[in-house]
Amino acid sequence: MQAYRMEFIMEEKRKKVLVIGVIGADVHAVGNKILYHAFTQAGFEVVNLGVMVSQEEYIAAAIESDADAIVVSSLYGQGELDCRGMREKCDEAGLAGIPLVVGGNIVIGKQRFEDVEKRFRAMGFDRAFPPGTAPETTIEALRELLHMDEK
Amino acid sequence: MKNVLLIDFGSTYTKLTAVDVEAEVILGTAASFTTVETDINDGLSAAMAELKSEIGEISFDATYACSSAAGGLRMVTSGLVPELTGEAARLASLGAGAKVVGVYAFMLTEDDVEAIRGEKPDILLLVGGTDGGNTDCILHNARMIAEMKPDFPIIVAGNRNAKSECMRLLSGLEAYACPNVMPKFGTLDIDPTQKQIREIFLNRIIKAKGLSRATELLSDIMMPTPSAVLKAMELLAKGTKTEDGIGDLVAVDVGGATTDVYSIADGMPEQMNTVYKGLPEPYSKRTVEGDIGMRYSIDGIVAAAGVDTLSKISGLSEERVAELVEAVKADKERVPDGEDELERLDFALAASAVREAVRRHAGTIAETYTMMGLTYVQEGKNLTRVKRIVVTGGSLIHSSRAEEIAAYARFSPADPTSLRPKEASVLVDKRYIMAAMGLLSTYYPDVALRIMKKELYNGATE
Repeated sequence: MQAYRMEFIMEEKRKKVLVIGVIGADVHAVGNKILYHAFTQAGFEVVNLGVMVSQEEYIAAAIESDADAIVVSSLYGQGELDCRGMREKCDEAGLAGIPLVVGGNIVIGKQRFEDVEKRFRAMGFDRAFPPGTAPETTIEALRELLHMDEK
Repeated sequence: MKNVLLIDFGSTYTKLTAVDVEAEVILGTAASFTTVETDINDGLSAAMAELKSEIGEISFDATYACSSAAGGLRMVTSGLVPELTGEAARLASLGAGAKVVGVYAFMLTEDDVEAIRGEKPDILLLVGGTDGGNTDCILHNARMIAEMKPDFPIIVAGNRNAKSECMRLLSGLEAYACPNVMPKFGTLDIDPTQKQIREIFLNRIIKAKGLSRATELLSDIMMPTPSAVLKAMELLAKGTKTEDGIGDLVAVDVGGATTDVYSIADGMPEQMNTVYKGLPEPYSKRTVEGDIGMRYSIDGIVAAAGVDTLSKISGLSEERVAELVEAVKADKERVPDGEDELERLDFALAASAVREAVRRHAGTIAETYTMMGLTYVQEGKNLTRVKRIVVTGGSLIHSSRAEEIAAYARFSPADPTSLRPKEASVLVDKRYIMAAMGLLSTYYPDVALRIMKKELYNGATE
């Protein structure tokens, strides 16, 4: 009975649910594990899809878990191709308006990040982060996107 | 001497297996044609008469029965995402020995509800959402189901946060709450639901189908037949505390209307450079191919294999294959009976059925080039290292070429992405005892295991 009541209280203040993973044919697993721990520590409920995740997998997991945001990582330079059309697919799948966040080595070569960010925003991503972003920065952005600090 | 009688009330045959559990031998087996219209007691007494003519007058100390009569255990599932909770519900139902007659995903529509009514399920399994996840879908579906005022029981095994509300919506109906079949993303918890399915089967369905009359004189029907077979397969693979099993296995049963495939194996990736995708599958997995069968579902085999392949395997011309397929479709009772051409066609049909059904059951692997080099993506179970293929079911065990047919369950270099057993030997369940041994294992697991090993290795290829 005690356990049930605990669950009940937690349900009252439901944790924000994040679906995370590394998109495309990308097998970089370390950063993904770091993010999982950082987000969990920060009080999020994290559904970690691991590496080589397709757009459809993020969306399916987000539907089942009623996710509050999807966080896409990409480390191998092909992120721009892999992320194309994801916002539209979310709209189709009934996830209209779900915050989409992307970060890592998301494009090839040295480019001005402002341009890169602009392109990802045009693709429907709410935030894009350059290489070397600390987890705390992303957590901050997520708290803001999900209005977690508002009373 | 301690004699036990094991009965399998099938949809077309009532099968009996008599066992002496002290001597650990099968005393005899018998089968008799059953019809749905007539009392199943007729089939039972005919089979009993046959058994007694074989082994003489005999008394039994215990009797256990399983049943797939009157259409088996018909189930409909309703989940959220087809590949996630939808698949979890399907796997749970099949593993409990059910015949899944309808699979629904996302929010049920009015048309869906009408279709479900038409499917006349014995049980509806309602799931959707991980714990703490989506509740809209399962609540909507509970409302839709409540409105249709079903006369069948409903099992609710979805998001725990929606459970109480679902049960309220379904109040007044026969509804049961179980833990979520997919509590977390990528985690299956199907055992409690399967236990509930079996309980409903025992308490309600056996009575509703008029099967209890036959059992009044005997003991109770204990489980659906496929569930007994799965139990036997698990025991055969894993063994008991005192008796070793034979290790991981794949089993195939090609019937007239459907083909069942069982695998008892972990099947997770073997190498570090393999990434697993999709829902992890249960260690004991059962699938049923409703469109693959020797007679009623012959079209599915022809569609999957193609007339050219059937011609190649059988050695008959493509025209002759097409003609014969039409002929057996018109006369479904027709069996080869020494007829050479039909024997060859049936061989090709059974081989193709085995290949297609095992291919659908087994996982797949795909190569992908990444920045880190060659990587493999695996979906479903990797059965390549399984060392035993068990063949059961009337269509296969009566064929003189059962082992050749079973070879089609193996890995093929022509189809390298399908993770089927690479070097497995074939064991034939010649006397069709798997369901009986599953029943027997409830009380005599060691005896059942030793009898199975004895019977199967009798005709083994090793």
